[in-house]
Amino acid sequence: MDTDARPALAVWKFASCDGCQLTLLDCEDELLPLAGPVRIAHFLEMSTAEDSAEPATLAGTGPYDLSLVEGSVTTAEDVLRIHRIRRISRRLVTIGACATAGGVQALRNFADVEEFRAAVYASPEYIATLDTSTPIAAHVPVDFELRGCPIDRGQLLEVITAFLAGRKPNVSAQSVCFQCKRRGTTCITVARGIPCLGPVTHAGCGALCPAYGRGCYGCFGPVPHPNLEAMVRQLRHDGMSERDILRVFRTFNAASPEYAPVPGLIAEETTHPAAEEGPR
Amino acid sequence: MIGRDGLTALVEVLRARGYTVVGPTVQDGAIVLRELESAAQLPYGWGVDLEAGQYRLRPRTDGAAFANAAGPQSWKTFLHPARVRQWTAERVDGELVIEADDTPPPRFAFLGVRSCDLRAVAVQDRVLTAGPHPDPTYRGRRSGAFLVAVECTEPGGTCFCASMGTGPAAGPGYDLVMTELVDDAGHRFWIRGGSPEGTDVLAELPGEPASEALRTAAVHAVASAAGRMGRTMPDTDLHRLMAETLDAPRWDDVASRCLTCGNCTMVCPTCFCTTTEDVTDLTGNHAERWRVWDVCFNLDFSYLPGGPVRASPRSRYRQWLTHKLGTWYDQFGSSGCVGCGRCVVWCPVAIDITEEAAALHDWTRRAEDGAS
Ligand code: SF4
Ligand code: SF4
Ligand code: SF4
Ligand code: SF4
Repeated sequence: MDTDARPALAVWKFASCDGCQLTLLDCEDELLPLAGPVRIAHFLEMSTAEDSAEPATLAGTGPYDLSLVEGSVTTAEDVLRIHRIRRISRRLVTIGACATAGGVQALRNFADVEEFRAAVYASPEYIATLDTSTPIAAHVPVDFELRGCPIDRGQLLEVITAFLAGRKPNVSAQSVCFQCKRRGTTCITVARGIPCLGPVTHAGCGALCPAYGRGCYGCFGPVPHPNLEAMVRQLRHDGMSERDILRVFRTFNAASPEYAPVPGLIAEETTHPAAEEGPR
Repeated sequence: MIGRDGLTALVEVLRARGYTVVGPTVQDGAIVLRELESAAQLPYGWGVDLEAGQYRLRPRTDGAAFANAAGPQSWKTFLHPARVRQWTAERVDGELVIEADDTPPPRFAFLGVRSCDLRAVAVQDRVLTAGPHPDPTYRGRRSGAFLVAVECTEPGGTCFCASMGTGPAAGPGYDLVMTELVDDAGHRFWIRGGSPEGTDVLAELPGEPASEALRTAAVHAVASAAGRMGRTMPDTDLHRLMAETLDAPRWDDVASRCLTCGNCTMVCPTCFCTTTEDVTDLTGNHAERWRVWDVCFNLDFSYLPGGPVRASPRSRYRQWLTHKLGTWYDQFGSSGCVGCGRCVVWCPVAIDITEEAAALHDWTRRAEDGAS
């Protein structure tokens, strides 16, 4: 086979925990089949070589047919680097909650970074960081965003396969409840009164948590246009405190714009005694 | 008439005849439908408390197996499964070879089909097999299925089959039908055949002819259940009601509560919608087409060039309700709702189809009063 004719794949890391890249390495049975039709040109987690030849650099050489980007933008260098990666990539797909929504590190967006810097680091003057953690799409156009913290292995392979075949990935924006029902799980909210974010959370995990008796905590982020007012009311009904409700939305996808109304909704519910019972 | 030993024998006889017996059993805090190896797995001594958005198991002292109402699944899970492979394609020497999936369908015996669900199966029969293009998956699974109906004597708080005319006495379509009685005379089932094969199976069970007293007691128990339904549909022409209320403000009200999570449609025993998913492998030499459940609460469901036709939650909830209670008549000549109450129980935010229909009905009456 003429190696140069194969599409080149690159995997990039920004501010992240590496878990999503690990998901790719974890595709043990599929990695070898993948290495057939695809040239894995840049993947520092797997190899320190660029195109299995010269040593790889953080900026890569390019061009690449498909770039998978993990992590969020948190430094001035990140901003420059993501623009370069976009320029040398034909298709750019973000993988995971950090790259798609800013990640758990976007909690800084709701606080004072100076204070964090002073409290956490012995020599804060060495730390150069932006005030916010932002998703890749806030900086460059993105061809597809794969959700999850971490991403689902099956969905990652589907995305890569779909891009190779030139078709749209089978990744639906429906709620976790759809997958929960298809899987045949008995709803834990209805049968056991356990609070669950499934109705407003983007499918993708296969409704894993409810199948093991715990409520969905939203690691795949919001569905499009979630009805958060009704969801917050239901979480209260199922016994979650205001603090816990705010916290459950302030995790891996904390900075998702869809979640922005949550603090206001919690305040509203508290100030309206009539809302205590709520229409049930 | 059979006793508990007769029920044990029934499962054995059906299994010996090559059926995969599926029936109710307790699992994860609910009475679910699952393959049964023996009648000992039936939910003896379990009742349920059903409310909108709430399902709780409740122990019963009488040891009854069927004194409970519809659980989280319906027979649709087996007849019209959530995921089905339709065909596979291989590229062999540059040629595309397509093969239909012809996995032989399992032969099911369903034990404990409620009256509402018997009607729901009849509705799906009409939807999926009565037209010019019968669905082969459904037909394959349905045509060999053996149905053991159970009449209801203990309706749930969310049941309303009586007001839909679909229960609690079993209508036609079963191979066997049972009515369970637990009283001073013991734990007994009045069992009757409804088909030649049902009568054959019945002949293999240990039992004795039912006495007049037993029959009377059974008929009475079912009749009294009709008066103990937790819910009722408004007594009006629902088909017309749906057509007349498309602009009612109630749709905005329910949309403000609805999470558009789709649970109601997926638990509904008559909802039949699906979508297809094509998958390919990394080599590009192997492709499969899968059919999966889809529902009208999904944004992709009405996606056309330019976006979803039914984008607002209002339009999606309205599609569900008007289809179930209204346009189903135009399409299939009956109601799409059989009054099982599942959508009421399994809606996480307790939206109740009977309450919504009643609110729409009130609105038309108020509109009429205002006009006169
Ligand atoms: S357990 Fe959670 S995800 Fe599953 S159906 Fe219930 S609310 Fe939805
Ligand atoms: S609409 Fe609701 S009550 Fe009617 S058949 Fe469907 S799930 Fe049952
Ligand atoms: S109510 Fe919705 S999901 Fe159910 S059959 Fe009608 S369109 Fe399909
Ligand atoms: S009515 Fe209830 S179950 Fe149905 S989509 Fe709305 S919130 Fe979900």
